[in-house]
Amino acid sequence: MSIRINQDKCVGCGKCGEVCPGTLISIENHKAIMKYPKNCWGCVSCVKECSVGAIDFYLGIDIGGMGSVMNVSSTGDILHWKIKKTDGMEIMIDVNRRDSNQY
Amino acid sequence: MKERLQIERIETDILIIGGGTAGCYAALTVARNSKHRVLIIEKANIKRSGCLAAGVNAINAYIVKGCTPEDYVDYATKDAAGIVRRDLLLSAARRFNDVTADMEALGLVILKDENGEYVARGNRNIKINGENFKPILAKAVNDEDNIEILNYVNITNLLVNNNQVYGAVGFSIVEEKAYVIKAREVLIATGGAAGLYRPNNPGFSRHKMWYPPFNTGAGYAMGILAGAEMTSFEMRFIALRCKDTIAPTGTIAQGVRAKQVNSRGFVYEDKYGLTTSERVYGTVRENQLGNGPCYLRTSTITKEQDEELLKAYLNMAPSQTLKWIESGKMPSEQDVEIEGTEPYIVGGHTASGYWVDTNRETTISGLYAAGDVAGGCPQKYVTGALAEGEIAAFSILDKWRETVDIDQEKSEQIEKQVNIILGEYEKIRNTENSVFSIEELEEGMQKVMDEYAGGISVHYQYNEKQLKLADEKIDKLLELTNQIAASDMHELLFAYELKDRLLVCKALIAHLKSRKETRWHSFNENLDYPKTDKNYFKYINSKMENGIIKIHFRDIVEEDTYEHTNQSR
Repeated sequence: MSIRINQDKCVGCGKCGEVCPGTLISIENHKAIMKYPKNCWGCVSCVKECSVGAIDFYLGIDIGGMGSVMNVSSTGDILHWKIKKTDGMEIMIDVNRRDSNQY
Repeated sequence: MKERLQIERIETDILIIGGGTAGCYAALTVARNSKHRVLIIEKANIKRSGCLAAGVNAINAYIVKGCTPEDYVDYATKDAAGIVRRDLLLSAARRFNDVTADMEALGLVILKDENGEYVARGNRNIKINGENFKPILAKAVNDEDNIEILNYVNITNLLVNNNQVYGAVGFSIVEEKAYVIKAREVLIATGGAAGLYRPNNPGFSRHKMWYPPFNTGAGYAMGILAGAEMTSFEMRFIALRCKDTIAPTGTIAQGVRAKQVNSRGFVYEDKYGLTTSERVYGTVRENQLGNGPCYLRTSTITKEQDEELLKAYLNMAPSQTLKWIESGKMPSEQDVEIEGTEPYIVGGHTASGYWVDTNRETTISGLYAAGDVAGGCPQKYVTGALAEGEIAAFSILDKWRETVDIDQEKSEQIEKQVNIILGEYEKIRNTENSVFSIEELEEGMQKVMDEYAGGISVHYQYNEKQLKLADEKIDKLLELTNQIAASDMHELLFAYELKDRLLVCKALIAHLKSRKETRWHSFNENLDYPKTDKNYFKYINSKMENGIIKIHFRDIVEEDTYEHTNQSR
């Protein structure tokens, strides 16, 4: 379970590292680096914080990951979750922060 | 030699160690009701730190319409086979609904019906959107002028003299800096302990666990070292989770009423009972009997329910949604496989933690505890953490002393303590060529606990001989921590997390050894004593005296209030 930071998209703002509950991300040469990938809890706080969509979340192969990646962007209260599978297929799920869970 | 750490000294009125749910709410309570200065020290950043980083899916401790706080106390008491503190459960339960209403006022979304009433999920739960629970709480804290927040600072030790707390010592994990904090009153809210046992996914995804892997038992460890009394460590918590992603199962079990079934399609949950520990035990037994894997039967749900589950999991455990989509099989197409997690020590679900009075003051004067680090009050969950933060804050304000005398002798003794702690930081920073890395020692510890103290690989079972071996092996690992090295401040944090976990393991083994019965299947499954014994209808408490963990038994508290009898104040 961990994240990949796209170095081309990263603007080095450091917000991901600030919010990580394990403080696992550091800034080196103006780019965010996941310093301890095995220590990631998978909370995706960093993915939500990144305003340029540079962080992808994925499942490790030891827990059944097959290479799909997930990220999220937001407009107002709506979180747009995007999952991209290895065959290029993309699935979008919108979740409104004003809507409660039904379960 | 590295340059010595820069030392920053801070004086405050109220120090709160740990800026999770309980710590933040305690700070907020103090700020709303007094002008006292509050300092929150948090090892990460309060925005998403603690248990609620990814979100929380429901309020699971709420007094729904038609129920009373007493009903809640009865439920939690039965679930823990009587080893609870009635006074603590009752005082928390009486506040569940008020703290929930306050969170709603701060911005938390709660589902309501057409009459404006909260929609219940089961008998004690209400439905929310908890994705941004922690950012909402953190924002309220940030908005208060008399709360100061020190993020990225890890506290390692309490400053205690003659059983009275005077402050704490810690270090920054991002700068080469140590902190010496003096405070009139201290609240500890550091959470429970994960990572003691070999986890479900010990490889790359080792931190894909139920409890935050960053909650490493620091609060327990500093309390044990300071001579605080602890209770019920032997009531371990093992969560029943979705396999691999270790995502919550309650949303499926309660939300779409999915039953626990074995691979032969038999609904086994009725066979073993429905308490929290029995649900785990049943799953373990079915696997042992060759009837595994076990599942939550979701293949009967509709496509619409699939969609709602995908969204609900995005609000608390997004890895499960990713897993469903990645596998190409939705819950309506395939039952959800379940497993038990590695055991944790956590006062929010079971009863492990500081032995506190009804006001949440520990056995050390001026030191309070709230949330997962505080014992005796199981199933308090998020609302219980808020309630305990509030109770502790009001107790601090009620007992407020305008002046605190510290004589010359005392302050010299405290300064001596500070120097010993700072010296230890320098020693670890300047050690080179240590035989084993922190990571290797951690793996060693987890393997010992797994195999000899009832981990996953032995179906959570143990006997006295195994516990004795576990104790010996943990002692050896503790000795090896005298040689550990840290090349930077983050590694210094890892070093202390390891030391803290080992000390918690040591206390846990002492507790497990002392409960010579099996009161909660799986949570304490003592193969030498496989039955419940009425002679153990007692709390098992511990206290470190001269470096040795001493156990004592206390009678069950049945009154609505409890005071410490050995307090100096």
